[in-house]
Amino acid sequence: MFGDYSLGDLGSIFVMQGFAGLILFSVYVLMALGLAIIFGQMGVINMAHGEFMILGAYVTWMTSNLFQAYMPGLFGGYFFLAMILAFLASGALGMLVEWVLIRHLYKRPLDTLLATWGLSLMLQQAYRSVFGAREVGVELPQWMLGSLQVTSSIEVPINGVFVMCLTVLITIVVAYVMFKSRWGRQVRAVVQNRIMAGAVGINTEKVDRYTFGLGCGIAGVAGSAFTMIGSTGPTSGQLYIVDTFLVVVFGGAASLLGTIASAFSISQTQSTLEFFMSGSMAKVLTLLAVVGILMLRPQGLFALKVRK
Amino acid sequence: MTDNRFFNRSELIGILVLAVFLVAVLPLTLDVFRLNLVAKYLTYAFVALGLVICWGYGGILSLGQGVFFGLGGYCMAMFLKLEASSVENTKIQSTPGIPDFMDWNQLTALPFFWKPFHSLTFTVAAIVLVPGIFALIIGTAMFKRRVGGTYFAIITQAVAAILTILIVGQQGYTGGINGMTDLRTLKGWDIRPDHAKIALYFFEVGCLFVCIMIAQFVRHSKLGRILVAMREKEDRVRFSGYSVANFKIFAFCIAAVFAAVGGAMFALNVGFMSPSFVGIVPSIEMVIYTAVGGRLSILGAIYGTLLVNFAKTSLSETFPELWLFGLGGLFIAVVLAFPNGLAGIWGDYVQPRIERLIASRKPKPEGWTDGSVADGAPAE
Repeated sequence: MFGDYSLGDLGSIFVMQGFAGLILFSVYVLMALGLAIIFGQMGVINMAHGEFMILGAYVTWMTSNLFQAYMPGLFGGYFFLAMILAFLASGALGMLVEWVLIRHLYKRPLDTLLATWGLSLMLQQAYRSVFGAREVGVELPQWMLGSLQVTSSIEVPINGVFVMCLTVLITIVVAYVMFKSRWGRQVRAVVQNRIMAGAVGINTEKVDRYTFGLGCGIAGVAGSAFTMIGSTGPTSGQLYIVDTFLVVVFGGAASLLGTIASAFSISQTQSTLEFFMSGSMAKVLTLLAVVGILMLRPQGLFALKVRK
Repeated sequence: MTDNRFFNRSELIGILVLAVFLVAVLPLTLDVFRLNLVAKYLTYAFVALGLVICWGYGGILSLGQGVFFGLGGYCMAMFLKLEASSVENTKIQSTPGIPDFMDWNQLTALPFFWKPFHSLTFTVAAIVLVPGIFALIIGTAMFKRRVGGTYFAIITQAVAAILTILIVGQQGYTGGINGMTDLRTLKGWDIRPDHAKIALYFFEVGCLFVCIMIAQFVRHSKLGRILVAMREKEDRVRFSGYSVANFKIFAFCIAAVFAAVGGAMFALNVGFMSPSFVGIVPSIEMVIYTAVGGRLSILGAIYGTLLVNFAKTSLSETFPELWLFGLGGLFIAVVLAFPNGLAGIWGDYVQPRIERLIASRKPKPEGWTDGSVADGAPAE
């Protein structure tokens, strides 16, 4: 298997596969962060999470088209505006969904799964009716094309580096909001004990709505970042939803650190295996390993000790 | 009221109505094409029936029923495919006597796990045992460690994803994304002409009623009551000395076997099997059939399956755009407004009216007034 490659080649291959894994890792982290808030903190199984992500991707696509048509001079910077718009659009839709649907179902977590699955079907059809069934790709600004030559045999694509930096930034912001801000404290208080949180004067309904909105908003940003490395279709979100749930569960549902660690290990395993075997077998083995470990350690990698 | 091990009087009437509907009304009113469609829908009814026991009574939501449906279906399809790939049927291939997709993928010999499927006895045993043992392993691993609820749902979903990717990826062994097509005969008996389709339909209905009887038996046994108790207050059942895990494993296994029988019927009636009936989307759809019919009602699940599928076929024929909106809306409506589905609507709104109607028609015995005597108990 290794006979045809020199040691130097192998090193480069591992670095480049590792880098491909890092891009996958970024997408997983971005998607799983939103889900970790919604599922891990609120206990809502949001099967429509992928569709919130796709909404962000479509918003990015529309923004890029707008910039191309009306402000070609500013095209290089459209992505930053698109990301904010994606966050707002997905977040607003998330808050609406919470108000109409989710808030009636907090006591029945399994039913949120069915209801949000229905929602995801409707959203998919809506995207198909509005944007067409064909996948759309975003045109990247000039500075994001091409790749960085690190050594003579290693090169990394710039858009991948950009997505990774973005992921780090968003993760830090989310961690700050959840663990340092006053609002984050309120969220954690509501999650730990809804009744007591209400008794000390926290408006639990409002906190729920904004938490769900935040989770969906982050999914929107993930979709926005996703356009940098792939094309978007009405059903693209569904492809990632199971992986994302596994990432969150594998990490230990209530732990942001666990989510990141599990996203890292899953994506690295998958992209390393992909080099040695077909993509589908790599995926099967990775998922099998995850399911196997979850059977041995159901609480996930980083579990908070809580009394049930 | 008859106190039977299988059903009480109103359930008996319900089962008889369903039997008349499936055995007489549908075959007499529908042409063979439509009847075959009903046969296809009824294969999902097996899965829905299993979900009533597992999810409705046991409270275990499995999003991986497509896995068991697929395992059963693939076992059956492998047998039929082997019979269709006899040496004289496949003499144009570079290796005659193996299924066509293997030949296309440059396989020259039958893989070892295909060989036992030459035998019908083995196949029938495998249809029940392979999914049953698989469910036993998953169930033991999960329930002994007290994994339940949402986690179980997500992990079964992952299993469904894994199996789909595996089937699609291993084209040479499984037929890949196209699945196993061109199934022809069962022990020399052609399954494709109209009279065979009708016979298979009746065979399927027979199997369905066997499964209904098993489900009814479970429901009326002590086991069924423990399942319900477990769903409502798991800890109390555990503290009463029952092994909660074992009961859950049993419910999950029985649901798996029902689903596998459904899958095998699918391969027989529809004439092919493909990974598009294994993955996450079909698995969740099967849960929806159960939810629409009523997760607590054995017969409701069957009506729910038929209704959703009829709606799916007719709506997607006429308004392909609207169908997903309709289906999505249906899920949300069922979850929000009618958690007990059709059976709940029937039990809460329709049945009381019918009973009142019947009661008002009946001439009242002399000296009796409404409400003075409770439920026919003799007045002292």
